[in-house]
Amino acid sequence: MKPVFEYTQGMRDKETHYCPGCSHGVAHRLIMEVLVERGELGKAIGVSPVGCSITAHQYLNVDMIESPHGRAPAVAAGIKRVHPKAQVFTYQGDGDLASIGGNEILHSAERGEKICTFFINNAIYGMTGGQMAPTTLIGQKATTCPYGRDLDNYGLPMKMAEIVSCMDLAVYVERVALNTPANIRKAKQAINRAFEVQKLGLGYAFVEILSACPTNWGLQPAKAMEWVTRNMIPYFPLGQLCCPEEVK
Amino acid sequence: MEKKLMKGNEAFAAAAISAGCRYYFGYPITPQNEVPEYMSRELRNVGGHFIQAESELASISFIYGAAAAGARCMTSSSSIGIALMQEGLGSCVVCELPCVIINVMRAGPGIGAIQPAQADYTQVVKSGMNGDAHCIVYAPTSIQEAVNMIYHAFDVADEYRNPVIICVDGMIGQMMEPVIIPESRAVIEEKDIEKTKPWALCGHRNRRDRNKINSVFLNQYELEDRIMNRLLPKFEKAKKELPEWESRNLEGAEAVFVAYGSTARIAIEAMELLEKEGIKVGIIRPKTLWPFPDAAFDEIDSKTTKVVISVELSLGQMLEDIRLALEGRYPTALINRVGGILLSPVEVAERTKAVLGGMK
Amino acid sequence: MSGKKAIFIAGFGGQGVLLIGQMLSYAALFDDKEVTWMPAYGPEMRGGTANCTVVISDTAISSPLVTECDVLIAMNGASLAKFEDMLVPGGELFVNTGLCPEPPKRKDINIHYVDCTNIAEEKLGNTKVANMVMLGAVNQITKITTLETMFKVFEYTLKGPKAKLIPLNMRAMEAWSE
Repeated sequence: MKPVFEYTQGMRDKETHYCPGCSHGVAHRLIMEVLVERGELGKAIGVSPVGCSITAHQYLNVDMIESPHGRAPAVAAGIKRVHPKAQVFTYQGDGDLASIGGNEILHSAERGEKICTFFINNAIYGMTGGQMAPTTLIGQKATTCPYGRDLDNYGLPMKMAEIVSCMDLAVYVERVALNTPANIRKAKQAINRAFEVQKLGLGYAFVEILSACPTNWGLQPAKAMEWVTRNMIPYFPLGQLCCPEEVK
Repeated sequence: MEKKLMKGNEAFAAAAISAGCRYYFGYPITPQNEVPEYMSRELRNVGGHFIQAESELASISFIYGAAAAGARCMTSSSSIGIALMQEGLGSCVVCELPCVIINVMRAGPGIGAIQPAQADYTQVVKSGMNGDAHCIVYAPTSIQEAVNMIYHAFDVADEYRNPVIICVDGMIGQMMEPVIIPESRAVIEEKDIEKTKPWALCGHRNRRDRNKINSVFLNQYELEDRIMNRLLPKFEKAKKELPEWESRNLEGAEAVFVAYGSTARIAIEAMELLEKEGIKVGIIRPKTLWPFPDAAFDEIDSKTTKVVISVELSLGQMLEDIRLALEGRYPTALINRVGGILLSPVEVAERTKAVLGGMK
Repeated sequence: MSGKKAIFIAGFGGQGVLLIGQMLSYAALFDDKEVTWMPAYGPEMRGGTANCTVVISDTAISSPLVTECDVLIAMNGASLAKFEDMLVPGGELFVNTGLCPEPPKRKDINIHYVDCTNIAEEKLGNTKVANMVMLGAVNQITKITTLETMFKVFEYTLKGPKAKLIPLNMRAMEAWSE
């Protein structure tokens, strides 16, 4: 018999601690598949954030380090300076990247750090138990906005891909989603382009990945995917904000 | 080697480069700006990397990353900037990442004043970090001693896989003195890191299991194991092997000063003034603040010494460690100034006489 | 010079106050003496006050800061008024006459008037070396160092295109006479 689908060598043989329906597993696998297919697993170094994916090093078969909350891009930039040929990436959630780490992400983009950032946006804090994130949608309920996020108090959700794309040296910025098989395939292509940008030394690459958090949204996994389609994508439009010719 | 006249801050940077440091990340803050300025000018000439970070939070995170990647790296800051770095510093301790941090102290709390002070003693020695963490802390008294300690600190950091702090103040940072910068060491090349530091992040090249540098464990017994079986033995070894001090005139001394860094220089001059008046005072100068040189206090002349006086630019932060080291053997006193005001030798001498007068 | 001397130099920013101190420190280094140079540092605006302390000694120097000095160089009136009392009795005071309208009050010290800006302009044709005229005056009286050493100091500090300024600076050292 010929296997049609295999466990990628990029993932360690370990069951994850993520909830059923969580997008982290898909995002992890896509990044690792890309690195395996590119033959770069052995030269990749990952930086995990504070959040549910802090112990991603249990699952991802690459050298990894945990970052203090929000500082992953600075940590990655430090690593990249020492190993300029490595494929260095940060994997960050919305609280880590957009809230406490807002400064590091902007300055890494501004400096055009030759690293990739994979930004898992699920519009909520997962690890701490469903609090409001900078990307929580207006009207969306969270444990710290039980009546729904309101404009008066918190303004509008942050569109990080658009913000980062304002930096000229953030040469590749794309927003993708993990809500359908077609979008998952597009996400994988985006991840591949991000690593290609890094390999070619073109500048900073940023991929925002709209993800589901069924547990903290209080939805069944399938309904959570629909929620991404119905609520997130209209506010966070998918597509490339910028992309260098070399990787188009 | 040539003796040069150099500003403290510049000499610190030069010593780090000589010690093989090729990565410096920092954020401007007075009174240490000559350190990043020198690094930005000189590191590129030796193939090194300088980045002015967006904040102290970022500086220490760059350090955390570069150290994890296996490089000799350094940052510097002053008091309130060091306060901002505490989280990252703690991450370096628990993940056992070697790095060197220079703290050119100024007065606090808060933004405080840019003039010299020693009120970071508690912050660096007792640690402002959460959890059971220690940094190894050196406290040089002159530019030459600072240079020698920085040169040595990179080796200590590598040996212990722990951050080392060089604690000076604005006076030593800003002054100039003749100094000899030690000869440049060979730098470990990137390709050799995986051999010299097998734990470092280099990419596994499909030749080994992946390395992970972490402090979060889903099983808390693993964290306890890290602290009890990795950090604690190292801290105990440091306490045995690292304490350094200098003592002078202890035999027959009526009083013993304890002072470190710039204040030790003032105290020594006060000691000479008092000697002219027939009052014999000795001095113990801790060169390491953590581990604190407890054994130094066994050298005190029990036949003559009436009091041990901490001379420091804080509310008596070091005095607590002196008392612990003395274990009640001698009464103690404090001669201090705070807020960026320095002690003068005359003031120390006069206040010493008052302390001794009050004991009769 | 032998023993230990503390020199305090004060004026406003731009007068080369810190430079006078550094030149003295280099001289001490080349004379194989111990030396410390300590500036007052602070959030002063450009043109604000500037001062530094130089201690030169045959033996190791403890404190680089002093409460009293053996030599005081007052580059302006405000500094003279503020620091005159720091001089030890019998100490040497150098007054930049052009910018010190009020005379010193002390009677127990040796006072030397140095119109350094005028001398620099009239004798040397360059007011930028006024501070070196002052340094020359100080050295003539205190004998802290020698002209040979000062030549070495200028050679060390004025390199490349600036080397052509060495003769001017050497002349500045001898431009003043009491």
